[in-house]
Amino acid sequence: MSVFQQIVRTHETAILNGWMKEISIATRRSDLMNDAEMRQQSSEFLHLFTEATQVSSEVRSDAFAAAREFLKGVAKSRMEQGFTASEISMFVLSLKQPVFNVLRDEFKGDASKLVTEIWTSGDLLDKLAMMTVDAAIELREQTIARQQEEMMELSTPVVKLWDGVLALPLIGTLDSGRTQVVMESLLSAIVETNSQVAIIDITGVPTVDTLVAQHLIKTITAARLMGAECYLSGIRPAIAQTIVHLGIDLVDVQTKAKLSDAFKIALTRLGKAVVSIKNHPAARAEEQ
Amino acid sequence: MALKSETYTIRSSDDVVRVRQIARAWASEIKLSLVDQTKLVTATSELARNTLEHGGGGAMTAEMVENGIRRGIKLTFTDQGPGIANLELALQDGYTTGNGMGLGLSGSKRLVNEFDIKSEPGLGTTVTIVRWK
Ligand SMILES: Nc1ncnc2c1ncn2[C@@H]1O[C@H](COP(=O)(O)OP(=O)(O)O)[C@@H](O)[C@H]1O
Ligand SMILES: [Mg+2]
Repeated sequence: MSVFQQIVRTHETAILNGWMKEISIATRRSDLMNDAEMRQQSSEFLHLFTEATQVSSEVRSDAFAAAREFLKGVAKSRMEQGFTASEISMFVLSLKQPVFNVLRDEFKGDASKLVTEIWTSGDLLDKLAMMTVDAAIELREQTIARQQEEMMELSTPVVKLWDGVLALPLIGTLDSGRTQVVMESLLSAIVETNSQVAIIDITGVPTVDTLVAQHLIKTITAARLMGAECYLSGIRPAIAQTIVHLGIDLVDVQTKAKLSDAFKIALTRLGKAVVSIKNHPAARAEEQ
Repeated sequence: MALKSETYTIRSSDDVVRVRQIARAWASEIKLSLVDQTKLVTATSELARNTLEHGGGGAMTAEMVENGIRRGIKLTFTDQGPGIANLELALQDGYTTGNGMGLGLSGSKRLVNEFDIKSEPGLGTTVTIVRWK
């Protein structure tokens, strides 16, 4: 049975003072956090830690639940404040020195006992530090996943070119998840704006493989079922050759090299045309 | 002899995008034309996705190879998945056991200079392609 637990409890105040000194050397980021806030957080954790160690030396046990929760909170708030993962781990790791100091004073004459106690308490603090870093990384991953989702929606804007004409300029890699979003946003925009023509522009799509082609064909077919005509534009020469070699059949799809060409046929379909006003009766009337 | 060689795992659709980017980077390093780069990258996309979806994941080994003064990119896709019982059938345009277009294998074959496929039911599949400059 280890005895560092009792020693830590007896010397809680001394340890806290030592810890604050350590923190100020190793991790203090006065730009991110003030002293009072830091002392409050440290004292609260030290207390939870001391209490938990009286009951168990297993960091995953129930006894440590409150300490673990607290560290999760620390990881979260520090992540948001802009601390790095190693700075966050230093919060717990810098507690080792002051704990070791009181142990050293306690076991002056007993080297073997001292080593045992240092090892046990050090191991415990290492594990808690790793847990804190894990929590921080998990939070960062959640942030990344959320941002990816946001980007997915951001990067699929449906724009209205004209009354009845929509365009969907696709940019970037089209994986299954994103294509699903693209397809749905285009189809619902067709309904909302009551459009007759939709142009999907793939100028910004680096690779068109059979999966992308299949998604595009499905979208175009669905648009057609809803009564809208769908054109595909922005097919670069290299992509066109690749599509042919792959054996993808696009004969049923109206394709154009440029978005402007697709826009032109869309207007024609709506019985409209862009004309020069130079020789137009309306322009001439204005000149006179 | 390979001038350089590197292996990448394929475990998720992010990995498919990643190996595609590798193929593009290596192809541009030996100065393949834009059209040939696009062909190689597209074949990579097809084969990597097969490795992931039909083979249950695996790896791609990229090699920069030399034949006299010609340089090329050789890509080998391997998995320990279910394998393919009838290769002739699998290489037919439009043949699929899933919901795909069934053009991945046959299409990739047309996009590269060399194409080799070995498969053992129950043991896995290896597809090797080369695109020369
Ligand atoms: N790595 C693989 N492992 C097992 N089966 C494969 C593998 N690659 C291809 N196949 C089989 O060959 C068929 C044809 O492949 P492919 O031409 O890429 O079409 P698709 O992927 O659209 O089904 C697949 O449906 C699958 O049954
Ligand atoms: Mg395939």
